[in-house]
Amino acid sequence: MNPHRKIGDVILQAEAISLSFGGVKALSNISLEVREHEILSIIGPNGAGKSSMLNVINGVYHPQQGHVVYRGKTRERMRPHEAARQGIARTFQNIALFKGMSVLDNIMTGRNLKMRANFIQQALYWGRAQREEIAQRAYVEKIIDFLEIQHIRKTPVGRLPYGLQKRVELARALAAEPSMLLLDEPMAGMNVEEKQDMCRFILDVNDEFGTTIVLIEHDMGVVMDISDRIVVLDYGKKIGDGSPDEIRVNPDVIAAYLGGSH
Amino acid sequence: MFYRESGQFKSSYAADSAIFTIAQDRVFIAALLALSFVAVPGLASDYLLSGILIPFLILSLAALGLNILTGYAGQLSLGSAAFMAVGAFATYNFMIRIPGMPLLLALFLGGLCAALVGVAFGLPSLRIKGFYLAVATLAAQFFIEWVFTKFSWFSNDSSSGVISAPAMQIFGYPIDTPASKYLLTLAIVAFMALAAKNMARASIGRAWMAVRDMDVAAEVIGIRMLRTKLLAFAISSFYCGVAGALYAFVLLGTVDAQAFDLHRSFQILFMIIIGGVGSILGSFLGAAFIVLLPICLNLLGQVFHGAISTQFLANLEMMLFGGLIIFFLIVEPHGLARLWQIAKEKLRVWPFPH
Ligand SMILES: Nc1ncnc2c1ncn2[C@@H]1O[C@H](COP(=O)(O)OP(=O)(O)OP(=O)(O)O)[C@@H](O)[C@H]1O
Ligand SMILES: [Mg+2]
Repeated sequence: MNPHRKIGDVILQAEAISLSFGGVKALSNISLEVREHEILSIIGPNGAGKSSMLNVINGVYHPQQGHVVYRGKTRERMRPHEAARQGIARTFQNIALFKGMSVLDNIMTGRNLKMRANFIQQALYWGRAQREEIAQRAYVEKIIDFLEIQHIRKTPVGRLPYGLQKRVELARALAAEPSMLLLDEPMAGMNVEEKQDMCRFILDVNDEFGTTIVLIEHDMGVVMDISDRIVVLDYGKKIGDGSPDEIRVNPDVIAAYLGGSH
Repeated sequence: MFYRESGQFKSSYAADSAIFTIAQDRVFIAALLALSFVAVPGLASDYLLSGILIPFLILSLAALGLNILTGYAGQLSLGSAAFMAVGAFATYNFMIRIPGMPLLLALFLGGLCAALVGVAFGLPSLRIKGFYLAVATLAAQFFIEWVFTKFSWFSNDSSSGVISAPAMQIFGYPIDTPASKYLLTLAIVAFMALAAKNMARASIGRAWMAVRDMDVAAEVIGIRMLRTKLLAFAISSFYCGVAGALYAFVLLGTVDAQAFDLHRSFQILFMIIIGGVGSILGSFLGAAFIVLLPICLNLLGQVFHGAISTQFLANLEMMLFGGLIIFFLIVEPHGLARLWQIAKEKLRVWPFPH
């Protein structure tokens, strides 16, 4: 763990969140806190409600009960694009790239929020539209260098192998310069080498930009290695919350992972 | 005769994101523009101008409009002709009801009216997608056609049923010869095509494509669904509206709701399927194809004069269309534009394929 990285105050609180789909209770009465600059991992067996939790945090799902407090402001029903405006970016469990676009355009789209030119200026490619396009392109190139994907810049994303697609999705999320990054299984389906790369990127992002990271991951080795804190979900309930060392010895967690308690 | 980018290094992001990045492309476009603005009006016959080039340009503009909505923003529409009708009737009414109304302003206002109507009929797109949205735009098609036939106010209470378009002039120059009509159409279409190309490669174009490809992800990176979709409807309908006004004023010389029926909407949809969904160039290729196919078949009929009945030729045209549309939908969803691009890519590395 990087010694000079400081973990700050709580910036996001999920308070008593309950979410169900028809009869299925995806989340029941879950509370958790995210602190500034930390890497928080959410773990749990399949169907535990991990992805649902991320979806609640950035407004894709609206919980039936409970609410989310972000930077001191309680929000009732927030749309995902509003969460984006407040600095929350994310990647998806199933890759959600824009299939018909090149790598460069996908990442540029992540920067759309920074663009202010109206459509008439854009249609004439004039004034602000032109300046912005060039300035934002320069920033995107920095991300491309950072994630080492220069060679595939102009490639349509659909033609890329799975591991690279995941990386491009991370690039698109980073393009928004988020203060909080939600990553839903960014290493799923990767080989060891790709996983190591991805770990390095996540740590670098956290380290260099101070980005707060909420990570869902099944690989326990990775989780124990890079997390500051871990939250454990099981069947929509929270069964553990603490440092990797605490989680490792938590009897409920051990029971859930050995499949004994159900 | 070399189509190469070797030796042309881009030294800035501005150069790399220019419209035409390869020098040969820029030369080609410049030559094409010079040819169409300078040589064609002087050399082309009236038939070539009025019978082929003007309809081609106007239909290209309508196809551009639909391509913005369907090809870029992914919202399927069967109402393009209805928005053309709004543009035509609105321009007509601005012309006859406001004395001294300049033609270009009337065309612009006509397009604006079409944009407003487009936004109104685009509202359901926030709730419904794909097939159901297509049905909603179909409703727009029938409703608007009905309004223009039913309420004679729109056609200035003309009793004859045929409303001839008022004479046109720009800055005192009458637009009454095929050549002047062609130049007017060409100038408008060239300008609007450039604007469309610019939008397609800027942030609004990326927002459209993002909504088309993966709407949840688009929203999560901060794209506003409402704004983005309605802007696509507005701009698309504006293009269709101007195309409709030109169709009525420049091509037909009459303003007639029947010229903008469902058949026309399908014709425009077929143009973008054959030409290329989500491609500016494809809009032109598709329009060229649809304008030229019947003419070529006619020539074929003359070659075999008598041996092939006109009835058979008409049927052959339908069969060819049907076959091609199925071909493109299944084999090459990006149409002629994609085939052209593949050919260019091959040429770029020819004769060393690796
Ligand atoms: N949109 C939805 N509609 C209906 N049910 C849903 C929806 N999203 C999630 N669920 C249900 O909620 C429960 C929790 O799902 P969730 O995707 O959050 O689990 P997860 O912990 O991310 O699992 P995994 O490790 O498999 O990704 C599951 O039973 C799932 O079927
Ligand atoms: Mg999940």
